[in-house]
Amino acid sequence: MKNKKIQDQLITYGIVIAAYIIMEILIKTGNLSSHMKGLLVPMTYYAVIAVALNLCVGILGELSIGHCGFMCIGAFFSAFFSKVTENILPTAPRFFLAFVIGIAFAALFGFLIGVPVLRLNGDYLAIVTLAFGEIIKNVINAIYLGIDSKGIHMSLKSSMDLNLEPGGEIIINGAMGITGTPHDSNFTIAVVVLLLSLFVVLNLINSRDGRAIMAVRDNSIAAESTGINVTGYKMMAFTISAAIAGAAGVLFSHNITSLTAASQYFGYNASIMILVYVVLGGIGNIRGSVIAAVILYMLPELLRGLNNYRMLIYAVVLIVMMIFNWSPGVIDTRKKLLARFRKGGSHGTT
Amino acid sequence: MKRFKSVVSVMAASAMLLGTIAGCGGNAAGGNAGGNAGGDAGAETSTEAQGGSESAGGVFKIGAIGPLTGGAAAYGNAVCNAAELAVEEVNAAGGINGYKVEYSKEDDELNAEKSVNAYNTLKDWGMQILVGSTTSACSIAVSEYTKEDNMFQITPSGSAEDCVKYDNVFRVCFSDPNQGIASAQYINDHNLATKVGIIYDSSDVYSSGIYQKFVEESNGKNYEVVSAEAFTADNNTDFSVQLQKAKDAGADLVFLPIYYKDASLILTQADTMGYKPVFFGVDGMDGILTVENFDTSLAEGLMLLTPFAADATDDLTVNFVKNYQEKYGEVPNQFAADAYDAVFIIKQALEAKGATPDMSTSDLCEALKGAMTEIEASGLTSAKMTWEANGEPNKEPKAVVIKDGAYVTAD
Repeated sequence: MKNKKIQDQLITYGIVIAAYIIMEILIKTGNLSSHMKGLLVPMTYYAVIAVALNLCVGILGELSIGHCGFMCIGAFFSAFFSKVTENILPTAPRFFLAFVIGIAFAALFGFLIGVPVLRLNGDYLAIVTLAFGEIIKNVINAIYLGIDSKGIHMSLKSSMDLNLEPGGEIIINGAMGITGTPHDSNFTIAVVVLLLSLFVVLNLINSRDGRAIMAVRDNSIAAESTGINVTGYKMMAFTISAAIAGAAGVLFSHNITSLTAASQYFGYNASIMILVYVVLGGIGNIRGSVIAAVILYMLPELLRGLNNYRMLIYAVVLIVMMIFNWSPGVIDTRKKLLARFRKGGSHGTT
Repeated sequence: MKRFKSVVSVMAASAMLLGTIAGCGGNAAGGNAGGNAGGDAGAETSTEAQGGSESAGGVFKIGAIGPLTGGAAAYGNAVCNAAELAVEEVNAAGGINGYKVEYSKEDDELNAEKSVNAYNTLKDWGMQILVGSTTSACSIAVSEYTKEDNMFQITPSGSAEDCVKYDNVFRVCFSDPNQGIASAQYINDHNLATKVGIIYDSSDVYSSGIYQKFVEESNGKNYEVVSAEAFTADNNTDFSVQLQKAKDAGADLVFLPIYYKDASLILTQADTMGYKPVFFGVDGMDGILTVENFDTSLAEGLMLLTPFAADATDDLTVNFVKNYQEKYGEVPNQFAADAYDAVFIIKQALEAKGATPDMSTSDLCEALKGAMTEIEASGLTSAKMTWEANGEPNKEPKAVVIKDGAYVTAD
């Protein structure tokens, strides 16, 4: 039993590493178009946040539709840090610290949101996270933050109210966000982050804590009666999930140099898109989330040649994938086919 | 069960591998489908590996990026259509330095991330010069990459200050700060008001950029800013609160550094509450007369600073509007005019340096950078445009006022 689980985990890591090696070889030999090269990093951070959301939706069983809010927090805090220390620290430690800061703040906000909400049952988390995502977006859009020799100035009105000294620099300029974050993300770092988040999530699932979390998901009353601290475990899974989403945000903000808290990146629709990755990859199936995120992010890009028809095809693919994964009839047929295949296979080998 | 799992795993693994490989193949096919000259397809695929820095031969390849789908599609389509029209006219007139121009456009959905993807797609196609991106945030994100590749970029309508922070990027439109400053000066010089109210979109880069500079510039002018009220993209249907505040503060001019869609609602609602100040807009206001179900008589007396008015009577504008309308079935706005100019500016700059398509992208960029500070261009958006090395255009802002449902030059 134990070996099987380890084997299963190793396959997940193996897929990621194999994909990484193939891509690196293609880049080194010059066989990868710049379009594909540009897609590698976004693809990976969407896979990271899909893993994070799957921990929340699939393992903890709480629906969150504001996960991009945590990504937004990670992105802005880390970009702010990188921007301020750009000329002070060398790249490697600065980027590392940016990760620490982005993850820490995303986790903190996850914790703060979780405290009141996770005590409740039902759909409350979905509602609150939805609101949270929108609030974060609007608050950041209203923040003006500048820095000069006297320290940090902040205003919620306009950049003129910062009263900066002549040499001062505006870091967060309201709706204009942060521009000029150093371009530190690359595919290798992104893959390392993906592997680490997979490691954290898969180990959590297979640990004592993970079993407790799944027990809470399956039947919280039964779990509580066996002495499991329901709120505590919910909090733990949710905070970890938020932290990993924050890591995706750090990658995001250091990949795109103009960071704005606009709806298309961190709004409700973006969060739903991540949820689509998770649902189509299989709720509770971490490996599936990675694969679905990669395929569904690449698909509209690869269909660019078809111009506006790509939206149509994307929608059709979503429906087809949904039917293939979840329709009872198709699942039955798939099982029958597999059974026949297995029978045939075992006849052959024995 | 164990075997079932491993079968599934192997299938998943191969699916992923297939996905990536099919991805590469699919991309090449997409590139060919997107490119319009079938003969170049082979050359394209082979140059893809080197990042497409070499051109396919005797043509200049100009690419454009803009939001062709989604809420801002009107702007992206205007830019991409006008650039296409300009390229066709250039080719019909014999091309640039005797070489034809090829054109391709990509969609960025108003998303900086997708804009970079669009840029990379165009690079694979063999683009040498970029007209784009249409919007500010996207343009800033793309400029990071054009800088890296040293590709010449001219943004028709990316007006935020940071769009041209690199030396390889130039723009056609006014920057946001310049529009704010020009508006403040215009109101001051023409004694238009004593008390000014402002309504702006705080969630929009363009609007808040102009607003900030306008307020800064208003210090020491002969009017006073009495109210500044914001709205966001999420609540842009009811402006009665903002209008009431401006009215209570006694504003006799309301400055609207916003796009025409929101402005049309503001004008309608101001009329309903019987508030009739002078409304003053900037270039985003262009297009207000084309809003569906909008009573254009309400726009009577509206002033706007804009580089382009579709009903101007000079030959260039008349021809452009006629051709654009014939081809795309709508009246071009200032985005279209900026993009149309951008292509002809590139043409003029290339001709000034006698550049040829067989030069590498980077050499072309260097040549164009040098040419931009030397040329004096004349186009739809201004009769005389020159550029500083920092990428900012020097041109006169034009103020127009709406009279009898048409733009008339104000003085």
